[in-house]
Amino acid sequence: MAQTRQSTQSGMVEKRGRSLWLTHVLMIIGVLVVFFPIWLAFVASTVTQADIVSPPMPLVPGEHFFENYKKALFSGINVPVSTMLINSLIMAIGIALGKIAISLVSAFAIVYFKFPGRTFFFWLIFLTLMLPVEVRIVPTYEVIAGFGMLNSYSGLILPLVASATATFLFRQFFLTIPDELAEAARVDGARPMRFFIDIVIPMSRTNIAALFVILFIYGWNQYLWPLLITTDPEMNTIVMGIKQMFPSGDDFADWPVIMATSILAMIPPVIVVVSMQKLFVRGLVDSEK
Amino acid sequence: MEKRVTFKGWKLPLLLIFPQLLISVVFFFYPAGQAIWQSLFIPDPFGLSSQFVGLGNFEFLLSDQYYRASFLTTAIFSILVTVVSMVVALFLAVMADRLIKGAGVYRTLLIWPYAVAPAVAGVLWLFMFNTRVGVVSWYVGLLGYDWNHVLNGGEAMGLVVVASSWGRISYNFLFFFAALQAVPKSVIEAAAIDGARFWRRFFTIVLPLLSPTVFFLLVVNIVYAFFETFGVIHTITSGGPQQSTTILVYKVFSDGFVGQDLGSSAAQSVVLLVLVGALTIVQFKFIEKRVHY
Amino acid sequence: MKFRRQFRHSLCIGAAAVAGLFTTTVHAATEVQFWHAFTGRLGELVAEQVETFNSSQSDFEVVASHKGNYSETLNAGIAAFRAKEQPHILMVFEVGTATMMSAKGAVKPVFEVMADAGAEFDADAYIGSVKGYYTTTDGEMLSLPFNSSTPVLWVNKDALKEAGVDPEVDLSTWQKVDEVLTKVHAAGSKCPMTTAWQSWIHLENLSAYHNTPFATKDNGFAGVDTELAFNSELQVKHIQTMGDWAKDGKFMYAGRRNEGGANFRAGECALFTESSAGYAGIKAEAKFDFAVRPLPYWEGTEGAPQNTIIGGASLWAMAGHSDDEYKGVATFLNFLSSDDIQAKWHQDTGYLPITAAAGEKTKADGFYDDNPGTDIAVIQMTANAPTANSKGLRLGAFDQIRGIIDEELEAVWSGDKDAQTAMDSAVERGNKLLRRFEQANK
Repeated sequence: MAQTRQSTQSGMVEKRGRSLWLTHVLMIIGVLVVFFPIWLAFVASTVTQADIVSPPMPLVPGEHFFENYKKALFSGINVPVSTMLINSLIMAIGIALGKIAISLVSAFAIVYFKFPGRTFFFWLIFLTLMLPVEVRIVPTYEVIAGFGMLNSYSGLILPLVASATATFLFRQFFLTIPDELAEAARVDGARPMRFFIDIVIPMSRTNIAALFVILFIYGWNQYLWPLLITTDPEMNTIVMGIKQMFPSGDDFADWPVIMATSILAMIPPVIVVVSMQKLFVRGLVDSEK
Repeated sequence: MEKRVTFKGWKLPLLLIFPQLLISVVFFFYPAGQAIWQSLFIPDPFGLSSQFVGLGNFEFLLSDQYYRASFLTTAIFSILVTVVSMVVALFLAVMADRLIKGAGVYRTLLIWPYAVAPAVAGVLWLFMFNTRVGVVSWYVGLLGYDWNHVLNGGEAMGLVVVASSWGRISYNFLFFFAALQAVPKSVIEAAAIDGARFWRRFFTIVLPLLSPTVFFLLVVNIVYAFFETFGVIHTITSGGPQQSTTILVYKVFSDGFVGQDLGSSAAQSVVLLVLVGALTIVQFKFIEKRVHY
Repeated sequence: MKFRRQFRHSLCIGAAAVAGLFTTTVHAATEVQFWHAFTGRLGELVAEQVETFNSSQSDFEVVASHKGNYSETLNAGIAAFRAKEQPHILMVFEVGTATMMSAKGAVKPVFEVMADAGAEFDADAYIGSVKGYYTTTDGEMLSLPFNSSTPVLWVNKDALKEAGVDPEVDLSTWQKVDEVLTKVHAAGSKCPMTTAWQSWIHLENLSAYHNTPFATKDNGFAGVDTELAFNSELQVKHIQTMGDWAKDGKFMYAGRRNEGGANFRAGECALFTESSAGYAGIKAEAKFDFAVRPLPYWEGTEGAPQNTIIGGASLWAMAGHSDDEYKGVATFLNFLSSDDIQAKWHQDTGYLPITAAAGEKTKADGFYDDNPGTDIAVIQMTANAPTANSKGLRLGAFDQIRGIIDEELEAVWSGDKDAQTAMDSAVERGNKLLRRFEQANK
């Protein structure tokens, strides 16, 4: 779609010469403003505490990159940042894959079958849409503790899988799959699961990719839940780790290390988002139409 | 909305739906039911004893002017976050859409903040506006403006709104950009021929075509502002000063986990449940309709 | 430890619970879980204490975990108790004391832990005004004071000199402070004074220091039907004065916690009311000549200066563990109270020594001579025998009440309210929470 537009628009380029420059300038300003907090965090992670506490801090990187990152990665608070990064990765991937798996099958059931209680189950699942874990956190904690899942990856992951966002999006998408395909499958005598595996899943690839991005970010960004259920420092995740680097009492904030950790905390999700941006957008825009 | 073609049988679909149902019941309905039940009691924090108070917790809440104020705060905050993040994103998307070269690079750079966790975004913005070491507050100070979001409720609100909108700009930008790319090229050309009237034409011709995206993003952003901004508020203002940035979700947390007042916190959860239930139904009805076009 | 870490790494999803069982069998030592709220330098010092303890004997292994800030640590402890996963030792800040005390059945008082374990324990060895906060009215110790500090006045001597004020100027009363602030402000300072922990210093300690009740029923020690009383003349006068200072630019407000510390350490502020435990941070960062002075008082108020009260945290033993584990708790708590550990802690951090002996040792080490002013907090705390008004505070929901006080004080600093209105409102709002707490703990 981009190529076709390019060819038709190329004729207008000269006419729009000046306004094109203006557009570039505006874009660059926009990018600079949006990007500034990240740049500043990076700069702060390469200078010393002394550079920061006597404002204004420099706006170009300093020479203490390795020192600060080494300190963050290998010492951290209770555990090195590297351990927290791994925990966050497992949690984010677990939430993303778990949610996609159960949502695919349940959305398939809701869209492609008529069975007793369908509407009831349907609403039951969709009621869970959007209610974050913060709101029901004490009872949820008790459930997890009852299962002995404190300090475990399953405890980190399962309660966050209990939301219907992915089911909802898959349902929207399945509704757009032409009926003819299902019809054909049925005429051929294909079993529902064959249809699901051979037709529905391949067609949902971009949606799955898009959801993976969204859910990965969602899982990665969790803060309050990991703080409550991981009593063992070895299980801490990185987002809660950053907040914990701020002093609680009579101490001072070690800004360079905090900022280095912030940068480290955003690298994995940035890689996921940037590398999958095209799939991400296509998957969402398609299902949303 | 219904498929004309469906498969037969009831065992298989039940089996397929079972994992999600199980997880929903165990980790959602049971805890939510517990929250409703607990809202009728004033328990001690350790769960050793509790007093049945009927609707006493709700009465206590409604008589609390700060709780009532927090509804207004939530509304203002959510609207501001939604409007700021959408307007900026739309503007950037329109700009990027006009470019043939370089749009991809801009998009790649603009997308970063979406990957930054709200709690981390809070830390970054706090760092910039810190009354002591903040670079921005320092330069603003040079201009003669004494930035102090710790005391000034308006500045605090502004800061949490900007910090919360920041990551959403990326998200909204992606959607707007993709939607714009999908607008039929003849329409874009018609709008683009005359540069001077570009914006007018944009509003009369292109924007209506984007309305599904706009509505979708409206709902998604409001939900985001309601719930997921918790980390931002927690790191930057902790709800202050004078509760000027205490949104409903933050209050559930601060009363329940800082104040150890689980009865009040549970009652607030119930209020939120009702609110979110209503929002969900509205969104659902709305998207349901939209599927037709 | 190292083995355990590697061992855990090799485990896959969901097996962590099994690992928990496994490790206890691998190690002969009884594990004692200790949850605390310290990060950074203080966190390192705690880790060092724990390591010293673990290597000093082989029967017990203390595992320290940082659980967030004070509020978060308390929450984690409470949530864990509800899930029957509570640690053996939980660090609770002083405002959580009433919450813990009323949770009979959730905690095991320290004096009981010691008695049951047959450990040597002399309650009299602890400094009265420190342990007073954590003992019953019969004098039995409920929790072990861990880090205790008291507010003092920090002075940037260079800033005073710059403003043409004698750096040794008398700052013992608020009247005199006012004069100095006026001069410093006139000389162009943007921050003549700032503060940390406003409620703790300028209301809670102000009240105790002037032998004035902060709340009825002996500040809550005598019953949960207590009511707040900090809207009396003294407190209103003090807050109004500070509000006027804020308006005139003589007092700069930086935040509810110790945000002001950054400004002071950078040399911007001349005076700073902050905990004595600010010492290590100031010493590490300040590039100017600083001094510690006693907290000022209002001249003319009867009974002032009485004594200041402590802030900080104490260690609670949680209920529901085995005798063997409590033995470990007792051993560890005794280890923490030992002279060497306490003296080192006091000298490293500026926190108060919890035993008289540790104070003596510090003096004998010559620390006070090398670091003049570090003993001021100790002297200020112990100058007079505590009265009912200066023993401490025991109020339920106090963390939340402090939040309310913070809000109302901020309204005064920003000029939205006058002191009387703000304090009346804080008392009224706080009393509502006290009634709810009373109801919850019937």
